[in-house]
Amino acid sequence: MTTNFKTPTAAARGLGSAKSGTGHHIKQRVSAIALLFLVPWFLYAVIAASRGGFDGATVWLAQPWNAILMILTLGAAFYHMRLGMQVIIEDYIHKAGMKQGLLILNTFVCVGLFTATALSVLKVWISAGL
Amino acid sequence: MVQLTLPKGSAPKKGKQWPKPDGAKNTKAFKIYRYSPEEGGNPRWDTYHVDMDRCGPMVLDVLIWIKNNVDPTLAFRRSCREGVCGSCSMNIGGHNTIACTKGWDEIAGSSITIAPLPHLPVVKDLVPDLTNFYAQHAYVQPFLKTDTPEPEKEWKQSEEQRNELNGLYECILCACCTTSCPSYWWNGDKYLGPAALLQAYRWLIDSRDEATGERLDDLEDPFKLYRCHTIMNCAQVCPKGLNPAKAIAKVKHMMVERVA
Repeated sequence: MTTNFKTPTAAARGLGSAKSGTGHHIKQRVSAIALLFLVPWFLYAVIAASRGGFDGATVWLAQPWNAILMILTLGAAFYHMRLGMQVIIEDYIHKAGMKQGLLILNTFVCVGLFTATALSVLKVWISAGL
Repeated sequence: MVQLTLPKGSAPKKGKQWPKPDGAKNTKAFKIYRYSPEEGGNPRWDTYHVDMDRCGPMVLDVLIWIKNNVDPTLAFRRSCREGVCGSCSMNIGGHNTIACTKGWDEIAGSSITIAPLPHLPVVKDLVPDLTNFYAQHAYVQPFLKTDTPEPEKEWKQSEEQRNELNGLYECILCACCTTSCPSYWWNGDKYLGPAALLQAYRWLIDSRDEATGERLDDLEDPFKLYRCHTIMNCAQVCPKGLNPAKAIAKVKHMMVERVA
């Protein structure tokens, strides 16, 4: 065991204040407010759209308002997920390198998922030729 | 990963069963965490039987009774015995509280478990090492900071301005809140914890203080402040009935007000 000669004050001060965090706090709240409206719409819409089978669902999704709201829902959800996962990783993963790696992976996965799902919506919309 | 379980040498083992007091009709069992750095080895759970007819009403009375009548080696901190000094904070029946204001009859069950405050290094038995807790308290600079030359008589404050400090100034630094916070368990080296942040807000909201911006600068950090996830354990355990979570929310509110 190595003896730690750091003073308690030095330990408490650490690397000092990062002077950031408020931006993350606001973004998390704002995306949560957006989801407060979008998620109920999403649940209602998906149930309603699924009643018409695959063809009915594609016709429904090809409606401009439905496509717009769907892309907004995906954007808000994946953005909120990225912020939330970041907090969870920072909370529980302390190993240097692994933490940063997971934070980067988190961003890549969320951006990737958003791109793939948003493109799917656009494809349905464009294919419908409206 | 954070360490979710106790390291091998820190896991408490089954300890000693102390004899029941002679001639006692009304006894209660107390399972108490024991650790001595001189003896070494793992901590252990000792069971003491207390004659409740000859013991005062509080958990602190029980500990003093055990120390006086059964086992003088039992170590714990205590001073005022009336909820003012915050020395006798410990984990009683699974909740952090101060032993001097917690009645043993308030805790259900045939035996009562008493352990030191969670997630701190243990000095001996029920005495935890609060060095980091105090250093974090010092970090928020809990004193009036001004640039204006000191008035001849006093810094004035209206009754309304003084009322803003109610629910904040009463903190006795017992550390019950901070050590009950899971966020503090995992990130206690960087997160300041509820007690220090409540104290930070106490000075942020003080109408006489002139260092509000500086204070906010020192707090604005993803770990120092924003590790609070409003779990609310702090408000639940505070023996003085304070609400550190609310104070932290107000600090965050001030941060937002500054930028938006």
